[in-house]
Amino acid sequence: MLIELTHVNKLYRMGQTEVAAARDITLSIDHGEYVSIMGPSGSGKSTLMNIIGCLDLPTNGSYLLNGTSVFGMSEDELAAIRNRSIGFVFQTFNLLAAETAVNNVELPMLYAGVSPERRREVAMNALEAVKLSNRGLHKPNEMSGGERQRVAIARALVNDPPIILADEPTGNLDSATGAEILNIFDGLCLKRKTIILVTHDKAVATHAKRVITIRDGQIESDRESGS
Amino acid sequence: MNLKDSLRLAFGTIRAHKLRSALTTLGVMIGVMTVIGMLSFIDGLNSMVANQLAALGTNTLYVQKLPWAMTRQDIDELRKRRSITIGDADAIRSNVTYAKYVAPMLSSSQKVMFRGSELTGVELVGTVPEYQLILDIKVDSGRQILDIDLNQQRMVAMIGATIANELFGDRDPLGQMLTIGNRHFSIIGVLAEKGTSFGVDQDNIIIIPITSFIHYFSGPITMQSEQSATILVQPQSPDAIDALKGQITGIMRRRRALAPNVPDDFSINTAEQLLNTYRAITSGVFTLMIGVTSLSLVVGGIGIMNIMLVSVSERIKEIGIRKALGARRSDIRSQFLIEAVTLSCTGGIVGMLLGFLVAFIASAITNFPVAVSFGAVLLGFGFSVFVGVFFGWFPSSRAAAMNPIEALRHE
Repeated sequence: MLIELTHVNKLYRMGQTEVAAARDITLSIDHGEYVSIMGPSGSGKSTLMNIIGCLDLPTNGSYLLNGTSVFGMSEDELAAIRNRSIGFVFQTFNLLAAETAVNNVELPMLYAGVSPERRREVAMNALEAVKLSNRGLHKPNEMSGGERQRVAIARALVNDPPIILADEPTGNLDSATGAEILNIFDGLCLKRKTIILVTHDKAVATHAKRVITIRDGQIESDRESGS
Repeated sequence: MNLKDSLRLAFGTIRAHKLRSALTTLGVMIGVMTVIGMLSFIDGLNSMVANQLAALGTNTLYVQKLPWAMTRQDIDELRKRRSITIGDADAIRSNVTYAKYVAPMLSSSQKVMFRGSELTGVELVGTVPEYQLILDIKVDSGRQILDIDLNQQRMVAMIGATIANELFGDRDPLGQMLTIGNRHFSIIGVLAEKGTSFGVDQDNIIIIPITSFIHYFSGPITMQSEQSATILVQPQSPDAIDALKGQITGIMRRRRALAPNVPDDFSINTAEQLLNTYRAITSGVFTLMIGVTSLSLVVGGIGIMNIMLVSVSERIKEIGIRKALGARRSDIRSQFLIEAVTLSCTGGIVGMLLGFLVAFIASAITNFPVAVSFGAVLLGFGFSVFVGVFFGWFPSSRAAAMNPIEALRHE
């Protein structure tokens, strides 16, 4: 099992009261699965995504990533997991505005200690894979939303992580562009990547083969899409 | 992330905020400039003093009644010491084994005249031929003083360049009769020009045989007389200087019948001692000067810290993105730290160049010596790296410690 959460809780303290953003979540995702996590805003799906993406640690419960518990990991070990095992795609793209597309794509490799020559080569190939090879030296503000998200996807893929974690990847795009992006994810699924798509949009969620619905920090349903 | 990547990042950020970066580096620049300027000034002063003291003969011993450096409290007590005599010089000459030359000398201030024009405050030196060897005294024209001049108590004189110029002008002084005090001396030589030392004209001098000096100006020198001789002793080699000192001390103490528990009642002075005294007096002052000028570096450093804090808070989102993509704490810290060090080093290097420039311009205008030492360059650069690391540490640690989720959420 690639991802295995057992009785995971995440509590936030807001002044005097404690808010549970994730409550008793038990969930496993296998290699090569295409899963969407769906729920209205405030349901706790972002919290779940942060925990799965090792950006945040659960308050209690257990999380095994590839059989290893993330509890007790140092900050640097978590950073290494984010670097090698997870590719993030965000709603707002999160590209560095001052850097060119190719430099943005190179970033994860920078922190993986890849040599500059190799970085450039891999980044150009990744841009070509998302059909942006001619836009490598452009900065994000010279690109359309769809192009920016494709740069972000290229960036998520350069360290060849087993897991792609996408948080509302189509949220800032029109429906035609959104469909293009989702097509890319469909293609990645065929390449045995494990894709976790967080969204509030039912139409987007049904792209995945398995849909997990979250409400009030709890799993409401977990079923095959279309069933 | 390697150093080259970090530097590329740092220069990218600095280039993106040209004016801000320039103003920030200005603080360090001015700081380093003042420190370097001050150091050049001090180095120049030190080398000038060392050079001028070298004119005394670096390892020549001066056996004298009084030490060269004494406190105001000591002066009255030291004045009661017995005078140094020509007999002391003879005893030293015939008993020491480590000396190359021994030369007693006497001096006084005299008025000199030539055909109605006169000069006052001329230093009249009575000495022996060895004196000329010890102090490397050369004549421009004429001859030096010889043993025969001493033996026959001849009234002959070598005159300094100042006297030659002031009293004789274009005329050749050789063979002319010069009135010293109220005695007439024949000029046999004109000394090579020496310039000034500590503001004192080294060429306002007349050298005559010591026998003539005693006969016509001072009278016989005894331990009780007002006038005390100075005995210059040059060692055979620089490493014999301590042994020689020991020999002279023994001879003098024996001559004066000093009991073992009585301290020496004479002084053996060296240029090195004087240099040490100079260093002892000035090192505290110089340290203070450097300390005060270094304060401006602290101000520059605070400027860097300030702008780095701004830079960090402007880039919280960027920090979040980098952390999400796998940057470790140390990656983020070194990114900002190298940015701070790059800022301060840029300021430091420019400041160093300006500091030297200012020092040289000041030296050209005032004729005051400056020196550029490798140490000053190293110090200036070291200072700027230190300022960058020291004042960049807090902002970059702050950036490194950020929570990735909160940083990512930041707009």
